[in-house]
Amino acid sequence: MADLSIEFCGVKSPNPFWLASAPPTNTGDQVKRAFAAGWGGAVWKTLGNPIVNVSSRFGGVDYGSTRMMGLNNIELITDRPLQVNLDEMADVKKHYPDHTLIASLMVDTREEWHEIIQKVEDVGSDMLELNFGCPHGMCERGMGSAVGAEPEVLKTIVGWVMEKANVPVIVKLTPNVGDIAEPARAALEAGADAVSLINTVKSIVGVDLDRMVPLPVVGNGSSNGGYCGPAVKPIALHLLGQTAKVFPKPISGIGGISTWRDAAEFMALGSTSVQVCTAVMHYGYRIVEDMIEGLSDFLDEKGMDSAMDLVGKAVPQYKDWGDLDLNYHVVADIDPDKCIGCQLCFVACMDGSHQCIHIPGMSDEDKKKAGHVAFPTDVPDRPVTAKGGTPGARIPYVHEEECVGCNLCALVCPVEGTITMVEKRKAPESETWNDRVAAGKDLVPGGLDATRKARGAD
Amino acid sequence: MTRLPDDRLETKLPDKAPLYTRPEAITEANRCIYCVDAPCVQACPTGIDIPTFIHKIATDNVKGSARTIFAANLLGTSCARVCPVEVLCAGSCVYNHWGREPIAIGRLQRYATENAIAQDAELLSKTRKPATGKTIACIGGGPASLAAAGHLALDGHTVHVYEKRAVAGGLNTTGVAPYKLHSEASLAEVELILALGDIELKTGVEIVDGEAGEGQVLVAKLAADYDAVFIGIGLGPDNALGVEGEEGEGSVGAVEYIERLKLESGMGLDGIGTALVVGGGNTAIDIARELAQLGVPDVAMVYRKTEAAMSGYHHEMVDARKDGVRLVENRQPTGVVREGGKVTGLKVKATDTGAEETLACDLVAMAIGQSRLTKLAAAFGGVELDGKGRVQVDPATHRTGNPKVYAGGDCVNGGKEVVNAAQHGKLAARAITASFGGEEN
Repeated sequence: MADLSIEFCGVKSPNPFWLASAPPTNTGDQVKRAFAAGWGGAVWKTLGNPIVNVSSRFGGVDYGSTRMMGLNNIELITDRPLQVNLDEMADVKKHYPDHTLIASLMVDTREEWHEIIQKVEDVGSDMLELNFGCPHGMCERGMGSAVGAEPEVLKTIVGWVMEKANVPVIVKLTPNVGDIAEPARAALEAGADAVSLINTVKSIVGVDLDRMVPLPVVGNGSSNGGYCGPAVKPIALHLLGQTAKVFPKPISGIGGISTWRDAAEFMALGSTSVQVCTAVMHYGYRIVEDMIEGLSDFLDEKGMDSAMDLVGKAVPQYKDWGDLDLNYHVVADIDPDKCIGCQLCFVACMDGSHQCIHIPGMSDEDKKKAGHVAFPTDVPDRPVTAKGGTPGARIPYVHEEECVGCNLCALVCPVEGTITMVEKRKAPESETWNDRVAAGKDLVPGGLDATRKARGAD
Repeated sequence: MTRLPDDRLETKLPDKAPLYTRPEAITEANRCIYCVDAPCVQACPTGIDIPTFIHKIATDNVKGSARTIFAANLLGTSCARVCPVEVLCAGSCVYNHWGREPIAIGRLQRYATENAIAQDAELLSKTRKPATGKTIACIGGGPASLAAAGHLALDGHTVHVYEKRAVAGGLNTTGVAPYKLHSEASLAEVELILALGDIELKTGVEIVDGEAGEGQVLVAKLAADYDAVFIGIGLGPDNALGVEGEEGEGSVGAVEYIERLKLESGMGLDGIGTALVVGGGNTAIDIARELAQLGVPDVAMVYRKTEAAMSGYHHEMVDARKDGVRLVENRQPTGVVREGGKVTGLKVKATDTGAEETLACDLVAMAIGQSRLTKLAAAFGGVELDGKGRVQVDPATHRTGNPKVYAGGDCVNGGKEVVNAAQHGKLAARAITASFGGEEN
């Protein structure tokens, strides 16, 4: 069985699954229950000067019958007295000395930073996480994402922290920036030991159309909140991939991680540990059992002895568009034994892509009306025979010469495994756009006169 | 593995709920709302953490899903198919109260267990504890004994399973409706259990009291040779009505006849135009449905009370009617009518009016319960039976009055589901391991 333990900035953790700084890590009792359930670490709900909170605080986004695909919140940092938190942290560390306990911090001045660092180190915090990500409330007071969005400010504060800290320092980044590489580089230059990302995405999840108040409603108004949950995972993965390219130290990945597979993907794109919040808020600490088991089985299947072997495995394959192989080509292939004849691929291709899927039996006139631009003569007329198929329906036909290999038909197909993308290279050798630029062959015919003139192509 | 003949009647009955494909399973798993303190778990006699195993299917953690199932029920593979989920887990699904189709828990359990074993045959045996040097005898090779044997083997003990038939699996092999579970699938599960550890299956060996002949072993020898004994002997032959004409060809015991349908080579049903099944329990419904599905033109159940009083499951009776089975209520059979030895009818008396008539038929199947074999259990000193001949056990440990002897399954509860037997075997195995001072598995 693979070794799931990780080492993060020299700190050993029983597994890569940490709870993110959020309501699930609000109290010592919660964190102890989480550790008992199997979580390897916890980033405590952000400490600072206590605040006051509003009611309500959370807004959800459902998709179809799926509840809480996305969640946003306008809750602030801990609203409990600092000493209460500190006492509970010390108690957690006493009961779980081998689990990773990280103090999330958000204060304002250099003196405040120094004081709070001393206090959380005194109670046994293994690491510090600087909350430069919170995009609501606290940023209006010059903290949270207000820091993360200003690389120079970020550098200054990390500098203050590094003067004082004796344990590794993680800088938590906000996604609410134009280029994540800027704050990541700033953290690196200021000497941070690690970064974590993403914090929540600035958001409004909806509007109550009766009250004409955005959600979540607080009396007669609302405010923008921080968006998280499965919906933000693609955004997080991108920013993680970008960061992994410029930040050569450990990264803790956050953003919509709900399953072992999500975790494995984050680790492959450069996370050493992963942090989870929304999935726990939805289903409870119990989900970690599946994450541990699934990751362990996955590592075994891939012949990896340690979770650390997975970290960063996909990073080299995350490339600039200009470095992609233009001669790689796939075409859609519809399995006639599985197609149920719903024609969703047809309509998606016709209206959403490149008009290469045909329904058998249409006249050229009808095809023109439908929007086809190429008219193959050999469209086979095959009735649907699959289990659950529509009686009398015909199996659509992919006109391979016209297929651009976009995947859309396979994505919309409701029966998994019916449409596969088959590799049909345009040429055996690889050629990228950047190769063409380097060779001066990047002017594609059919463009603007001014461009042709400027390039001296005439 | 024992190879069964290809020309058995049960092979003509296709699987009613085939194995889900991956997309089917994931779609169904994602319908589950992943309740906490879920009613389905409470309804499961083995207490499988159903929402967790379903969640794991949804995340494509199929092996983990199977681990969750097997931890609670080592016979999870057959239970997935033979459990009356309509009255257990699925019957208690919260969706029932919302007017929605309950989660197909049995089919999801089948998907997880069968696929996980196909992916990794050693999924469970990897967790086996080191050998303890203790040896336990299990009497009977049915679900209760197999569950006990499996858990005991995982605890590191040596287990000898004594089965008097040529094949193990008990009613899973010889009795379960083929459209739920064919005999081969039961034998595959037996192999799975045997592979869990140091288990030796001794088929064709009968345990007896008194004097041992060829292929027989004495109770006293088991009591002396083993560190503990588990009794999982099930029930005996079909009960007879005790009416005139009952003896002879054409009048059969339901359990015995189903066993022939499932295992006998070359059996046919030619010449049976009408089959009457006497009884109102699940065995009666099973044999009626099987005969109807196998092409007997007219199949009727003859029951002495009204449908409402039947012990057979309502959902099974609904399906039986879809198969074409008729129900004749309020009729007490009084004799089997024969012409030249051949069965031609069943004499019945109406229990409400007292009117008598003869129902024409070519076959009568008696499904009115099974006899007890528990005298054998009582041969172990200290083992007691209740007034109905059931072995008395402590419900928490399944220990009998003899501290070395445990019992479970139909011989204890008088005849219930495979899942109840699996739970008994598990509880007994835990108690046996605990009695050795070892750790529970």
